[in-house]
Amino acid sequence: MNQIENEPQSSSMVGRMLKTLSPAPLPNDDRGRMRMVLDNLVLHLHPARVPESTLRLSYTWGLGGLSAMLVMVLALTGVFLEMNYTPSPSQAYLDILSLRTNVWFGMLLRNLHHWSANLLVVVTLLHLLRVFYTGGHRAPRETNWLVGVTMLLLVLAANFTGYLLPWDQLAYWAVTVGTSILAYIPVAGPFISSLLLGGPEIGASTLLNFYSLHISFIPLTIAMLMSLHFWRVRKDGGLTIPKVNGEEPRVERVTTIPHLVRRELAFALVWLVILLTWALWVPAPLEAIANPEISPNPAKAPWYFMGIQELLLHFHPLVGAVIIPGLGLAALAFLPFYDVRIESVGVYFRSQRGRYLSLLASGLALLVVPTWVVVDETLIHWAEWLPTWPSLISNGLVPLAMVILGLVGLDEIFQRLYHTDQEERILVLFTFLLVGLLTLTAIGIFFRGPGMALVWPWDIALH
Amino acid sequence: MTTSNSETKISRRGLLKSAWAAMGGLVFLETGGLALAYMQPRLAEGEFGSLITAGAVEDFPPGSVTHISNGRFYLSRLADGGFLALYQRCTHLGCNAPWDQAEGAFICPCHSSQFSADGSVLNPPAPRPLDTFPVSIQDGMVMVDTGKPTARQAYETPEAVYA
Repeated sequence: MNQIENEPQSSSMVGRMLKTLSPAPLPNDDRGRMRMVLDNLVLHLHPARVPESTLRLSYTWGLGGLSAMLVMVLALTGVFLEMNYTPSPSQAYLDILSLRTNVWFGMLLRNLHHWSANLLVVVTLLHLLRVFYTGGHRAPRETNWLVGVTMLLLVLAANFTGYLLPWDQLAYWAVTVGTSILAYIPVAGPFISSLLLGGPEIGASTLLNFYSLHISFIPLTIAMLMSLHFWRVRKDGGLTIPKVNGEEPRVERVTTIPHLVRRELAFALVWLVILLTWALWVPAPLEAIANPEISPNPAKAPWYFMGIQELLLHFHPLVGAVIIPGLGLAALAFLPFYDVRIESVGVYFRSQRGRYLSLLASGLALLVVPTWVVVDETLIHWAEWLPTWPSLISNGLVPLAMVILGLVGLDEIFQRLYHTDQEERILVLFTFLLVGLLTLTAIGIFFRGPGMALVWPWDIALH
Repeated sequence: MTTSNSETKISRRGLLKSAWAAMGGLVFLETGGLALAYMQPRLAEGEFGSLITAGAVEDFPPGSVTHISNGRFYLSRLADGGFLALYQRCTHLGCNAPWDQAEGAFICPCHSSQFSADGSVLNPPAPRPLDTFPVSIQDGMVMVDTGKPTARQAYETPEAVYA
């Protein structure tokens, strides 16, 4: 009671309200700053102090924070886009057109949403790679790695469901191809596919299903997993600490305010400027209204699935779209359980030698994968050579066996030439497969023309 | 230790625990079943999926392929006069594989699968021939039931229907 009387009273109600709303002044001492982190709900995501060496941009590249920022931009722009969108085949496309012509800043909002979503796929993948190459997936961070891989899949699901919503030719056929892939999952495939589509072909039910997944289930799950992800980062002792010349450095801790928060704000602002500028200049693509009668030529999946679509040109769909991606995903998810050495955590590419081996594996993939694509396209015709065998074996399991043999051979050569230990063998195979997938994706995007024939990028008519 | 007796006996607590677990499992299954039933495809009444009259027999000369757009199929009359109704959906990944008269083949734009006039695979990656719809000929009219696409592994002559 006495305290209240002692405080100087604001003369008016407005003055008292302004006093409540005005932020507390930044404390000048470390103790006060640490207290402020603990007392603030949002800042409490961080510990009060962080190791100074983990603040270096060239160690983390700020990729986790950028992902979180993009999710916020997507949520915000998404809510506003919903206000001008009806998920029905007769209205959806018109609504997108009207965003362009009738709604103030409608086109800017759509561009921001579109480009942020695409950027999010790239950034989450880069984030995963940063963590892998610095050993951040290893004990005690296995759980958080699994959460992260799940979120990468959810980001792809969010992108894919959003892809259908404009209801243009691009959307319709990319989703046709994408959902047909699901039908090849053994036993349950056709059931899952028809459940998702709400019928035998893409139609009004599909649009409604995708819309409700896109605006509620997927973003909610992502939000919950993000909280879990952040919480686990702190539970697992914060970020991995970079080593200096292979030595565990003495950990110097600095206060989160201002050292970390200032960097985060500056980084977010820079990226917002980049995004906004990009969205102002580059419109999100929109093609003619969806026409179930005419598949465009070539009909391509969304760009992040072009690697899988390229595999489909070389393998039976069960192998190209289910077995290979399934094995790859399982190998990725369980990585922390067989790649376990903790001595090299905090060193990019494990060691100086690891850098060289990774570079070598990348170079090899850049050479081998395009060669394999061209050779398989022109010289190898398993289906003709084994005409009496089912397509699944002649065009699926036989070439798959060849590819696995090739990978085993690669591993063998590295062991003979460089005496690679288990950690380095995993590093080499991971890098080779990663660069291989990126190469396949690039081939699919840039080197496939009408009829999915191989062409030079400059021969593809730009529109 | 005398464990032989306690292994065969079920304690009261154990029984209750398993009963709870069983009930929980049952509730889970029921809810799952409800969810699946709720999400069953809601089929709308439409032209596609019903019995469609493609036209008169003499409208389709032998060796011709005609697109019947409201039925989403191609009516292929083979050189020997047999009729086949081929679903336009490519068996690879669901794009429409239009008939290319110059090439004499159905060519899918998505992954360049090719099919002959009887639907057989000329060029992979398609894993099987184009699906067919049952054809019947009544009073000189070709009727196609688009409700039941039939997946097949290879083309066999008896599939064709003769006038």
